[in-house]
Amino acid sequence: MPSFVNPEKCDGCKGGEKTACMYICPNDLMVLNPDAMRAYNQEPDQCWECYSCVKICPQGAIEVRHYADLAPMGGYVQPMRGTDSIMWTIKFRNGNTKRFKFPIRTTAEGSIKPYAGKPEGGNLDDGLLFTETAGRATLTPAQDA
Amino acid sequence: MALPNKPNWELLAEPDLSKVPVVEHEYDALIVGGGMAACGTAFEIGKWMPKGSKVALVDKASLERSGAVAQGLSAINTYIGENKPSDYVRMVRNDLMGVVREDLIFDLGRHVDDSVNLFEEWGLPIWKKKGSEGKKLVEGGEPVRTGKWQIMINGESYKCIVAEAAKAALAEMGYDLFERIFIVKLLLDANKPNTIAGAVGFSARENKVHVFKAKAMMVACGGAVNIFRPRTTDEGKGRAWYPVWNAGSTYTMCMQVGAEMTMMENRFTPSRFKDGYGPVGAWFLLFKATVTNGKGEHYVKSDAAKAELAKYSPYGQAAVTPTCLRNHLMLYEMKEGRGPIYMDTAAALNRFLEEKKAAGMDEKELKKYWKELESEAWEDFLDMSVGQAGLWASMNIEPEKVGSEIMPTEPYMLGSHSGCCGIWVSGPNEDWVPADYKWGYNRMTTVNGLFTAGDGVGASGHKFSSGAHAEGRIAAKSMAKYVRDNAGFKPTLKQTAEELKAEIYKPVVTYYEHYQKTTHEMVNPNYIKPRHMMERLMKYTDEYGGGWSPYYMTNGKLLEIAMHHLQLLREDSEKMAAGGLHELLRAWENLHRIWCVEDHLRHIQFREESRYPGFYYRGDFNNTSDTDMDQGGWKCFVNSKYNPETGEWSTFKKKLHTIIA
Repeated sequence: MPSFVNPEKCDGCKGGEKTACMYICPNDLMVLNPDAMRAYNQEPDQCWECYSCVKICPQGAIEVRHYADLAPMGGYVQPMRGTDSIMWTIKFRNGNTKRFKFPIRTTAEGSIKPYAGKPEGGNLDDGLLFTETAGRATLTPAQDA
Repeated sequence: MALPNKPNWELLAEPDLSKVPVVEHEYDALIVGGGMAACGTAFEIGKWMPKGSKVALVDKASLERSGAVAQGLSAINTYIGENKPSDYVRMVRNDLMGVVREDLIFDLGRHVDDSVNLFEEWGLPIWKKKGSEGKKLVEGGEPVRTGKWQIMINGESYKCIVAEAAKAALAEMGYDLFERIFIVKLLLDANKPNTIAGAVGFSARENKVHVFKAKAMMVACGGAVNIFRPRTTDEGKGRAWYPVWNAGSTYTMCMQVGAEMTMMENRFTPSRFKDGYGPVGAWFLLFKATVTNGKGEHYVKSDAAKAELAKYSPYGQAAVTPTCLRNHLMLYEMKEGRGPIYMDTAAALNRFLEEKKAAGMDEKELKKYWKELESEAWEDFLDMSVGQAGLWASMNIEPEKVGSEIMPTEPYMLGSHSGCCGIWVSGPNEDWVPADYKWGYNRMTTVNGLFTAGDGVGASGHKFSSGAHAEGRIAAKSMAKYVRDNAGFKPTLKQTAEELKAEIYKPVVTYYEHYQKTTHEMVNPNYIKPRHMMERLMKYTDEYGGGWSPYYMTNGKLLEIAMHHLQLLREDSEKMAAGGLHELLRAWENLHRIWCVEDHLRHIQFREESRYPGFYYRGDFNNTSDTDMDQGGWKCFVNSKYNPETGEWSTFKKKLHTIIA
């Protein structure tokens, strides 16, 4: 189900520093054509349908058309990803529709302070990670028998 | 229209190398990769490195969505919780047919929960049992367990969250992050033998080569996908079970500098929902679904199935059947003409409803309960395998009404899921670890200063996402220790920056030298396109190396033919050609694929038994020998080594130690 771009909605992220889909695609597939100011998937048969581009597109311009060699036409799965939840719409070939909403995170985006309130590293020569104290982390197989 | 004799890429590659700058960097520690393991290293390393150290992470993608968890996950498959690490070792050992590094697995089991606790602290929603909703795991919140080791999550943003923490940690330490730079080759030191000194790669966004010097390196770039002919025929090639961008880079790059490899004969051939490759774990464990053959029989309970499992004692007769043997039973049914194999989703879901009805639940409550159940079933796909949801929508499949086919896929190479190929690394430097399992720095390969984690570490499967993160952290601390102990070491490269640039950009030079010699740039006798390298590789590994088309069967003679084809392919790879930056990325990825598959097949050739029935079979040694190597048996590791000085490979047995009874 490779991703595709709706030319009516895509604005090439206005030629800004970062084209969102191009920035995010884990497989380097999405690319901006600066003449048309539109993005496209440059290698559709290497698309994992991970939906990273669909979820990030600020214009909602990207959808997915099911893999031509295995999926009959007409199925459609589209997310709307917010800051704390994601809403999915599933349309079946026969026209039935289902909607689901799931939480995605419990903290605000960008709020993670990984070292806040954490200890400094202890002894570099023992086996403890810096957030760990003795206990399970220092067990030996004999103690765990 | 114009003749198709031009490069068809948006970002063109520059064949005039005088216009391609080389940027030289120097770091104390370098992290290559951006998945769970690399993010674990990025988070941990800052707290241990000597003050004032320089550290960088280099990712070929963008950290927020790179690696195997890019799409999300619906479960964390390794959370020890109320269990014991030693039982975790026993589970992994049996699933992987006895040959594993118990020290590494036990060590992982001690540390993995700390990473899971951090994920929850950072914002990952973890399902809790009724009565402990809102309580974090560290506060005694009880997770919804689907199995002894698995817990359910709302994991759409799992990777985004873990990456955000890694990025923030790097930023707080003043460390660097490079995205869209693909490291393709590691570099050994010019003076100190068998010691890592750096790496070279290129930008996928601009014509620029990057040379890095580093005292210590983490290489964690995942496993290998698209190495055997996929079951799909066209666009569906992208719908690989494991992420399609994992090109075996971890194995190949480490192998090429002489790192000893282990259990590279192991592969993972997952059985998943046919064509969409949606996960089956929740269906088995959470919904208690059963599988049937085409006749509707629960074949796993048949006498014939029991007899098959008895052939692979003791593993086949354990309470939990190893993953490969579950495949074996499925293949047995299919070969006997009793396919296809179905996941009976309808019976599973309806049984829940029937139970509630019998317990007196009224219609309104029942409807609400069904909504929750249905939502859980779909979320399992939507969180980690959206394509499967799309396929069900396209096929009008409602799981409560009809079952879906299960099918073993094409083989994959990996070390963190239910597979264990990878690199031979040092275990913890502790008394209980056998002497030949440790050499001072936990998770260091046999090359000084070169570390790996996640899919990179061999003979230690079932880490999954949380374990890969924890292992990246374990290795981070060792890297810091190595840097401290080798403070005086000054990495020196053997090659000049210009020589490295010429090597990295050779496919570009080759392409532009020849592309106009025919009227179609895809058909040209002077070069080979990356796409064609991959397709040729997948055809021959499938036919001769035990892919799905011969039901995963190979033998010594077939492997000889496979090796011959690989040899020719490696020769041809000297003429690989790339017109654009994206194609240059593919060229190097496919070179990595060829090398790691060659090692895979060398190991299968060497191991004269079928250790993983259901993942692959040797027709000429179609049994499992469970005697120790000292008695001439195969209950041992198979390790291999490529000698970067001579270009020779060696493959040999390595002693297995049982640490936990």
